[in-house]
Amino acid sequence: MESIINLKNITFRYQDDETRPALSDLSLTVNKGEWVAIIGHNGSGKSTLAKTINGLLLPETGSISVGQLDLNEENIWAIRKMVGMVFQNPDNQFVGATVEDDVAFGMENQGVPRKEMIPRVEEALEQVRLTDFADKEPARLSGGQKQRVAIAGVLALRPDIIILDEATSMLDPEGRQEVISILKEIKEKYHLTVLSITHDIDEAANANRVLVMREGKLVDEGTPAQIFSEGPELVEKGLDLPFPEKLKQALKERGVLVPEKYLSEEGMVDWLWTSFLNK
Amino acid sequence: MMNKLILGRYIPGDSLIHRLDPRAKLLTSFYFIGIIFFANNWQSYLLLGVFTLFCVYLSKVDFGFFLRGVRPLLWLILFTVALQILFTSGGRVYWEWGVFQVTEFGVQNGIFIFCRFVLIIFMSTLLTLTTPPLELSDAIEFILRPLNAIHFPVHEISLMLSIALRFVPTLMDETEKIMNAQRARGVDFSEGNLIQKMKAVIPLLIPLFVSSFNRADDLATAMEARGYQGGEGRTKYRVLHWHQKDTIAICVYAFLTFALIYLRD
Repeated sequence: MESIINLKNITFRYQDDETRPALSDLSLTVNKGEWVAIIGHNGSGKSTLAKTINGLLLPETGSISVGQLDLNEENIWAIRKMVGMVFQNPDNQFVGATVEDDVAFGMENQGVPRKEMIPRVEEALEQVRLTDFADKEPARLSGGQKQRVAIAGVLALRPDIIILDEATSMLDPEGRQEVISILKEIKEKYHLTVLSITHDIDEAANANRVLVMREGKLVDEGTPAQIFSEGPELVEKGLDLPFPEKLKQALKERGVLVPEKYLSEEGMVDWLWTSFLNK
Repeated sequence: MMNKLILGRYIPGDSLIHRLDPRAKLLTSFYFIGIIFFANNWQSYLLLGVFTLFCVYLSKVDFGFFLRGVRPLLWLILFTVALQILFTSGGRVYWEWGVFQVTEFGVQNGIFIFCRFVLIIFMSTLLTLTTPPLELSDAIEFILRPLNAIHFPVHEISLMLSIALRFVPTLMDETEKIMNAQRARGVDFSEGNLIQKMKAVIPLLIPLFVSSFNRADDLATAMEARGYQGGEGRTKYRVLHWHQKDTIAICVYAFLTFALIYLRD
């Protein structure tokens, strides 16, 4: 598979005198069309990692390449064109005074002519199902809606990669589900590469690959099934257990023999009814 | 407290005045303040008064909003009018006491000043009530654009303005939340003398400053991630359209100017 993001031996420090760097000697490859989730404790360097990819933070050592381009002063804006980022706080990334202004902001920066902007704004809003909200102000939107506007702003730019920097962490469960399902749809439709940084299990469960970070290093890597079957150790790594895993733990405590391997919600239902019938 | 503030509030509507181009409204509002000084007798004030009331009528905004617009400035108006009445000499003297005297000219001047204040406030309230803040900032950017020639940062100023306007409701909400949070911890914002009241504002202001800076930082990062590099090479999504009715509005003002000059003593 073709790789689209390459990080080699990245080290990053916020302050020169920091004893423990935020990222230390980190290497990472993301393939085209992949959905990669990065999980880890608070302060494990996940967000820092996301910001180094499009040059918002410049690493001390190591090299980064996105697409065919190496990240340097010259290419930085070309790379930012390829990478769309959605941040954590829905309020603080809303630049425009209305929904359509905000969606158009990125295109304005790239000098897209107005004639082309209008249909693209419309299309992007349709994709996140906010067409009726085009002229609303941010103060009148819910958190989930604001986050969808941010996604629409990214979509209108037609990037190759979307980075979600804890984009669902300030939303309620409903808003979270909504945002994730829209992202899944869009990813399939446009063959995007998604890099999501998260504490949320549902989001991580959607990924093709899960990376676990601790103290600025990658400590574990695998499919969600592999990672989630680790059970209680996961909690230490900064992630909650998925519901089927929690159920398994509870059953174990009550003396029920449960399978060792990870079961999705459906798998768990299957296992439950078969073992109940066999009794 | 904040909901009563009528200054800078926008009342959505769909009247003729609402649909005028914001540039036309902004220019004419400033122009109105200029030409009001042409008026120096009761005929000219009557003309301006009727004209203002007609505009207010056209805007279909409840008249109460305009009266509330006058209220915060009421003391200033009364003070100025009182000074005019008490210290202007000339004409027939109605009443005298020491340095104070109420004269014919004084009373007349007082009434004129009162009218001038009220008309200016009505007109500027009309501008803000019928124009969304965003359109206003677009209009300001357009009008300032010639200043680009002397390297005045027009794009930056207009971006600043539109971000400031976009954050006003957010910061209002935030202020309310912080106030409530501090109240829940026992801070009293309304009791005590002046010094105590000022001290009570500290637990409100410090968190508000900190959070504004954090917001600014986040917003700057988000803007940069979306490819913002300053005004050069940037296109605009919002554009203003100048219609025939805007030209007509300008013509009406020209006519008003001539009428005023004619009516002047």
